[in-house]
Amino acid sequence: MDSTKKQLRIATRNCGFIDPENIEDYIGVRGYEALANAITKNTPAGIIDEMKKSGLRGRGGGGFPTGTKWSFAAANQADQKYVVCNADEGDPGAFMDRAILEGDPHSIVEAMALCGYAIGASIGVVYIRAEYPLAIKRLIMAINDARAYGLLGKNIFGSDFSFDIELKYGAGAFVCGEETALIRSMEGSRGEPYTKPPFPANAGYWGKPTIVNNVETFANIPAILVKGADWFSAIGTEKSKGTKVFALAGNITNVGLIEVPMGISLKEIIFEIGGGCPGGKAFKAVQTGGPSGGALTYKDADCPIDYDNLLAKNSMMGSGGMIVMDEDTCMVDIAKFFLDFTMDETCGKCTPCRIGSKRLYETLHKICDGQGTEADFEKMKTLAVNIKDTALCGLGQTMPNPVLSTMNTFADEYLAHVRDKKCPAGVCTNLLEIVIVPEKCVGCTLCARVCPVNCISGKVKEVHFIDQAACIKCGACIDKCKFDAIVKQ
Amino acid sequence: MAKISSVADLMTLQAESKAKAAAKKDKIIVNVSLATCSIASGGKVVMDAMKDEAAKQGISNVEYMQSGCMTYCHSEPTVVVTLPGKDPVCFGKLDETGARELVQKYLKSGEVTGTVVPVNYNRVEL
Repeated sequence: MDSTKKQLRIATRNCGFIDPENIEDYIGVRGYEALANAITKNTPAGIIDEMKKSGLRGRGGGGFPTGTKWSFAAANQADQKYVVCNADEGDPGAFMDRAILEGDPHSIVEAMALCGYAIGASIGVVYIRAEYPLAIKRLIMAINDARAYGLLGKNIFGSDFSFDIELKYGAGAFVCGEETALIRSMEGSRGEPYTKPPFPANAGYWGKPTIVNNVETFANIPAILVKGADWFSAIGTEKSKGTKVFALAGNITNVGLIEVPMGISLKEIIFEIGGGCPGGKAFKAVQTGGPSGGALTYKDADCPIDYDNLLAKNSMMGSGGMIVMDEDTCMVDIAKFFLDFTMDETCGKCTPCRIGSKRLYETLHKICDGQGTEADFEKMKTLAVNIKDTALCGLGQTMPNPVLSTMNTFADEYLAHVRDKKCPAGVCTNLLEIVIVPEKCVGCTLCARVCPVNCISGKVKEVHFIDQAACIKCGACIDKCKFDAIVKQ
Repeated sequence: MAKISSVADLMTLQAESKAKAAAKKDKIIVNVSLATCSIASGGKVVMDAMKDEAAKQGISNVEYMQSGCMTYCHSEPTVVVTLPGKDPVCFGKLDETGARELVQKYLKSGEVTGTVVPVNYNRVEL
């Protein structure tokens, strides 16, 4: 181990190292050994104990302890139980599940079989989005190969444990990543959530005990069982064990997939691993948890990243998208962007989410347009809290998070929009003016020639002017000016 | 194909697979990242160009493999080349020309060329 390196790859341990289409490559890195030992040397209760001891929590966002969840399903008596792998990755900017499925599909197959053995299920279902054709192809190949080798099917390793896996395709609805909506969709109904309880572990797919775990959660499991719960629980923080995969995207130099131990600071992620914002721009904020999360800022630079710390900061772990924003990003505009997404993706079943998202979006739009008032700012806060308290499912309850967290951390920016009618980052076009600095303008006429609406006038070698009434704020003149004589205000 | 019906069967296959990997130690291993994103950024073009160039250069001691995400989105497409007896080196931002140059220089004489992507993680090996 090189202590200067901040990353530790457990869930993505094989990605980029083995041929995902070759089962023997996976077997060569001790693949299926955890399954073999579990079935022949351990009991289901023993596996669940090990999972509980490891402290692994769900990597899909909620962070529920995996071992505990399994124990609920195991305690239920039923003629049929199900293991479901949630591969309906839909957060903007998140792609860790796809990377694991395309790079190491057998680890998912093995982990699902392990879960089946632990809870007493014989059927596994992967709910995967149809937009991931290569992941689907490699997963099907992995399942077929595992079946051909006798690692799936009847009497695995000569025992009386039988397990097989099938695929169900999602059509790309964000809400279907929510486990109850996912189950509805698998049953052929509309992908709409229902109220819990009953929890899927008691009555899920076709009313039977069902364990729904995320791809990344599953990918950790063979490693935990091969190396032991004690090894795993030594990594991370007190309440969040192991590592988390993040998709680092946005205004960051080293865009990429990273896997870091829980408890790492935001500073280490953004500056040491990510290399900071490109072009020497200042780091402003990072959105974690996708559209359900919130923004962390430079003030949180030393905050150790784990489930509970992120929740305390009005954000959440989510599935692990990290969208980095530099000083040129308007936080009101960002909140609007995420609301636009959730407004589009709400299933429409409950009123707070269906109508609340629309009203929030409209208010944000109004503020960005320069029509907002301080009363809007306050009203939005009340509405956001109401939605959080009353929406039916996780999607609705977390939908106002981007608004709440940006209002909290960047209140001054909101107030600049509503009070002074200014966008400090220079993003909201209705709140800014593009002007020519007379001292710098040499009268080269380039700007006037590039302006699509011909609103720049002036004679050659004389200072030019922009007609504010006609300007559409496209910024073409700023890009063209060689003397930095045109600025946004 | 061997059906695995006991732990012993699995262990035999594991040993065989490890032996196969060890037998490749005398070869040049070219590992091209071919996840959806890597393919979109030109991974397959790089793979084909390297195969073609190696054939042209008369380098036959090469084992090509595909793998999934190498995690370096900022430098896609990426290729990890392992020369016999040397540590793997990851080359990034390749295109057809860069891939051919990689064969002409690094595969042929060990001369490092283009963008080298430093390994920035520790990895758990089971």
